[in-house]
Amino acid sequence: MNRRLIRKTANGIALGLSALATAVGLFCLGAILWTLISSGLAGMSVALFTQNTPPPGGSGGILNAIYGSVVMTLIGILIGAPVGMLAGTYLAEYGRAARLSSVIRFVNDVLLSAPSIIIGLFIYEILVVRMGHFSALAGAVALAVIAIPVTVRTTEDMLNLVPQGMKDASTALGAYPWRTITSVIYPAARSGIVTGLLLAVARISGETAPLLFTALNNQFWSTNLRAPMANLPVVIFQFALSPYKNWQQLAWSGALLITLAILILSITARVVVSALNPGGGAQR
Amino acid sequence: MNSAVAIADTRYAAGQRLREKLFRGATLAAALLVLILLGGVALSLLKGAWPAFAHFKFAFLTREIWNPVTDEYGALAPVYGTLVTSLLAMLIAIPISFGIAIFLTELAPLWLKRPVGVAIELLAAVPSIIFGIWGLFVLAPILQRHVQPWLIEWLGPLPLLGKLFQGPPFGIGVLTASIVLAIMVLPFISAVMRDVFETVPDVLKESGYGLGATTWEVIWKVVVPYTRSGIVGGIMLGLGRALGETMAVTFVIGNAHRVSPSLLAPGTTISASIANEFTEAVGDLYTSSLVALGALLFLITFSVIAAARFMLLRLDRKALSSV
Repeated sequence: MNRRLIRKTANGIALGLSALATAVGLFCLGAILWTLISSGLAGMSVALFTQNTPPPGGSGGILNAIYGSVVMTLIGILIGAPVGMLAGTYLAEYGRAARLSSVIRFVNDVLLSAPSIIIGLFIYEILVVRMGHFSALAGAVALAVIAIPVTVRTTEDMLNLVPQGMKDASTALGAYPWRTITSVIYPAARSGIVTGLLLAVARISGETAPLLFTALNNQFWSTNLRAPMANLPVVIFQFALSPYKNWQQLAWSGALLITLAILILSITARVVVSALNPGGGAQR
Repeated sequence: MNSAVAIADTRYAAGQRLREKLFRGATLAAALLVLILLGGVALSLLKGAWPAFAHFKFAFLTREIWNPVTDEYGALAPVYGTLVTSLLAMLIAIPISFGIAIFLTELAPLWLKRPVGVAIELLAAVPSIIFGIWGLFVLAPILQRHVQPWLIEWLGPLPLLGKLFQGPPFGIGVLTASIVLAIMVLPFISAVMRDVFETVPDVLKESGYGLGATTWEVIWKVVVPYTRSGIVGGIMLGLGRALGETMAVTFVIGNAHRVSPSLLAPGTTISASIANEFTEAVGDLYTSSLVALGALLFLITFSVIAAARFMLLRLDRKALSSV
């Protein structure tokens, strides 16, 4: 009797603690979002979207930073996505069982979790040092290097979900593998691949560390890809640590904008996945 | 007529074969590029770090000094800070992630599973810089006012353990950085743990329940042993993240190149040093020393991630063989 009571109590305590742990996790998300919204909303104004970053003490907005972030993220994904998709295609279709593929999968996993600041150092060494100056282009390439492993992974996973029967049917009609892949497999896996791309965009648009010494920052409006360019993460970093109140306010507003954009992207990606396989639900 | 069709056919076939070759070549090239990228990262770091390694030799690893004026650099403080903050973060994050994974797989009713799971995943999507400013402006003041004075008063006088809680309450420092890191890696570890818990065959769990085990006993004696290598893999993956995390730590660590036994003192990590100093580094030896720090970080995270993947791979095989 006593023993039974002890076991039941232990069970109750353990399960209670696990519910508590979940509450802690949810509380952290809530606390962060609450701080962002309450501090960020105060700075929302038309000037935020129409003026460039101010000099110390002056007033202004973050227009140039928003533009820079969008441009570098787009170029990054335009370089990274095709490479990642092709490599993912190789892993899922041509080299599925090859020894080379398991090596590439492993290396891709390492790249996927490699610290992003190291990617920044790498691009600094091969591009910034060669070109002799910081540039938006170097920033975009750094983001592309981060996007590639994400796209490789999701593309391979999504292509593997396409039923073998569809591939066999296409092959039986006499189609070469490239035809099967581009006309049958890609369309069948389309929403999954789009999801992967959205997640990759979400991942790179908030990256700060690789931009610190590739794109650097720029106080002024600049569209020159060969020159330093302002971007939201680095502006947030510099302004938040500055002693000026209005700079800190701009940092909070920028933080709210970037987080909202990323959360919307991630939620959209999840909706696309659950539309793809309503029964299974989104794993990730 | 027939021969014309035959010629068109062979031409068509040749065109198809050419396209096949091109497409296949393109996918292979892209796949090889992934390999080249990792090789390129390793080589460029080594090349950039070489002047520092050649100049300081092994002393680079063992010296605490970091002085741009006399051009003398040692990696001890940042390496120490990186290891301590990551380990402390794991101590906090592992139990909480374990709890979340159990809640999501064994405890939560179906209607709650999805939204809670997605909320935890969204925490993973929040950029690290957001954790950084939140840690600096929200968490650090709270710790400074309410938690650290208490730690200093009650734990400070203890023998041995008290060494960890000495000095004034700065707010920022090693402890704060560890807490922010813990919150950051939470969602990664719990996502892996949840996924591996779900690979446990229902039959195994049901036999546990059939013998009269409580839910906790089934978790601790059936689920955990079955998924042990997966759990370790998830933890290592989280550790890999924590070791390399830059922005969240840079805000709250204090950037002091010192090895201090107190968790309340400011310190630095490898990534925080690079982020703070790289653009301001003048002189080749200074820059090279920072790149050398990066090379050390790469080496540390590479081994941790490789170990994690190895553990997860073993679970995969087990899951496959039991099907």
